Amino acid sequence: MAKITLKNLSHSYLTKQNYDADWALRGVDIDWKDGGAYALLGPSGCGKTTLLNIISGLLKPTEGEVLFDDRDVTTLNPVERDIAQIFQFPVIYDTMTVYDNLAFPLKNRGLSDTEIDSKVREIGEMLELTSTLNKKASGLTADGKQKISLGRGLVRSDVNVIMFDEPLTVIDPHLKWVLRSKLKELHQKINRTMIYVTHDQIEALTFADQVVVMHEGQIVQTGTPVELFEKPKHTFVGHFIGSPGMNILPCEIKNGQINFEGKILPTNTSIKKSNFNKTQVGIRPEFINFSNDGIAVKVKRVSDTGRHKVIDTECSSGNIKILANTSTQIPSESAHITFDQKYTYAYGDNWIIE
Amino acid sequence: MSLELKNVEKKVGIETHIHSTNLKLEKNTINVLLGSTLAGKTTLMQIMAGLDKPTSGEIWFNGENVTGLEVQKRNCSMVYQQFINYPNFTVFENIASPLKITGINSNEIKERVGKVAELLKLSAMLNKKPDELSGGQQQRTALARALVKDSDLILLDEPLANLDFKLREELREELPKLFEDRDCIVVYATTEPLDALMIGGNTATLLEGNVIQYGKTLDVYNKPENLTSAKVFSDPPMNIAEISKTGDTFKLTENNNVKWKSNVKIKDGIYKIGIRPHNITTYKEGNNSVEIAGKVLISELSGSESLIHFTNANLNWVSLSNGIQQKNIGEDAKLHMNVDEFLYFDQNNRLVNYG
Repeated sequence: MAKITLKNLSHSYLTKQNYDADWALRGVDIDWKDGGAYALLGPSGCGKTTLLNIISGLLKPTEGEVLFDDRDVTTLNPVERDIAQIFQFPVIYDTMTVYDNLAFPLKNRGLSDTEIDSKVREIGEMLELTSTLNKKASGLTADGKQKISLGRGLVRSDVNVIMFDEPLTVIDPHLKWVLRSKLKELHQKINRTMIYVTHDQIEALTFADQVVVMHEGQIVQTGTPVELFEKPKHTFVGHFIGSPGMNILPCEIKNGQINFEGKILPTNTSIKKSNFNKTQVGIRPEFINFSNDGIAVKVKRVSDTGRHKVIDTECSSGNIKILANTSTQIPSESAHITFDQKYTYAYGDNWIIE
Repeated sequence: MSLELKNVEKKVGIETHIHSTNLKLEKNTINVLLGSTLAGKTTLMQIMAGLDKPTSGEIWFNGENVTGLEVQKRNCSMVYQQFINYPNFTVFENIASPLKITGINSNEIKERVGKVAELLKLSAMLNKKPDELSGGQQQRTALARALVKDSDLILLDEPLANLDFKLREELREELPKLFEDRDCIVVYATTEPLDALMIGGNTATLLEGNVIQYGKTLDVYNKPENLTSAKVFSDPPMNIAEISKTGDTFKLTENNNVKWKSNVKIKDGIYKIGIRPHNITTYKEGNNSVEIAGKVLISELSGSESLIHFTNANLNWVSLSNGIQQKNIGEDAKLHMNVDEFLYFDQNNRLVNYG
């Protein structure tokens, strides 16, 4: 097992780079501790697969270094890096038994039969595959097969890192939580460095202790699920994490204060800079309340989702979404709202000002 | 305007895909067909469109029997889960295609395409080809094509299923607005309860070829006639447990320590309760709550909410709380159930009392 360091990584699929958009990955710096559970989260095209391929050695970065335990592995190929990777679709030998599938990576490395047997049974037990060990893999359901893939990735104890690339895509929605629970439990038991790549926020936030959110080739925030929810460092994180996402509206920054709709919005963060091309205020729908005074809005639409109400309102700066209890009385047309100052943030050119 | 299915039944070989169904959809309504895969949603829609004939029964449109009338003779549009567009046509040509065959003059075509493109935020993309668009834009193009002609019936078969989470969230909100001022009947098939709730209108819950319940969406959600309808209309799945009632005291059969008082007016005896996950939380909600101890299986975080799976007395439970509530696997947790929101079902699984 290893700690992983990525130093100033950039990658471009073009031979010449003139604009930011020519880079698939820009200035990525990461320090991952040995034994940690990490996730790379972002929509398609954000650069997460490029980053994964650089870590696994399938791709050599245009700039920067990859270190495993401070050893530079940037030019090493995937085999030399000693990693395990689990893909979207099950990669297994259909004609072999479940047992032989799990034993395969160990046989290749010349382990003794007794060693192999104890490892295979241990992993089989963890993944609840014990009763099917002697069955042909071809007879299993999609999630059963994917469990074998997971097992093959987890069975070796000599790998530096285990990487998961959207591993639950083929799993029936009703079974996903079971495998999520299994994966999390496995990480707690075997304590290896794991990197989980996904576009699904639930997968990432549930699995990882630290989530790396990517957007347009850059890391926009690294943090715990709580940090990403309570204090998004970039407007993209505010939008992408949480449902509905954060309200982000144009505002002015004057004398270290947020000026919005002719009012000063109190905030707990201190605003020291104001020279930006674009300044915005961000507030999550959970942290807005109706009040007697405050920002004047028009209520446009109320959707009752059975457990809360989503209220669409409009002010001259744009639309504001509010989340309220189903029992909350919603004003019919004109209303006033206030923002919880603890969760009110200012953003300059999309990055948090603090 | 109305669309009525009278005793419609569909058999394929010896299998019954749709059991005898009666359903009347009124003018200017959005109607959600809610059920898992193979519930019969697509079959029902194809029968409504005239793409498929019922084995028995009749379809009436505007008081006229249209059973057996082919799809071309019905004024109907359909949007599918896969983004279906003409790859060689521009977005403009794609949207205009249903109008071209009707022989409307080109000025009017331009105007109508322009209008619907604006509604669906496609104005800037009219000269692009579908493969230059994102998945969301491709599906908007397909939607625009369905909206551009004045169909009497618009059928949407899981139109958001292939979109990623954020796009689905966005389009789900916009959809009901698109139909607000239209003179038509909209039918929307989905596997997701949240789709139905966000869209509003009416909902029919479906299971294995049967329409279980049809009514105003929130009524079906809040007052499911039976346990089946409640289960279909709950995601995450509803918690179901057996209880006994004596006087004003209620107890879980599996765990007598979980008991509560309520003045719910039902006879003493054995019932099943249905508890939606959001009525079991890590904090107290409502005026009357009862504590339940849980051994945590996992806490799943969605970003702004936490889904905690736990066990109590050999039963698996799911709870849904606001905010980020991280719990370790195997941890002993204290959760609170909001008694006022319980649904009570009798031995025949019929609803006898709700919150």
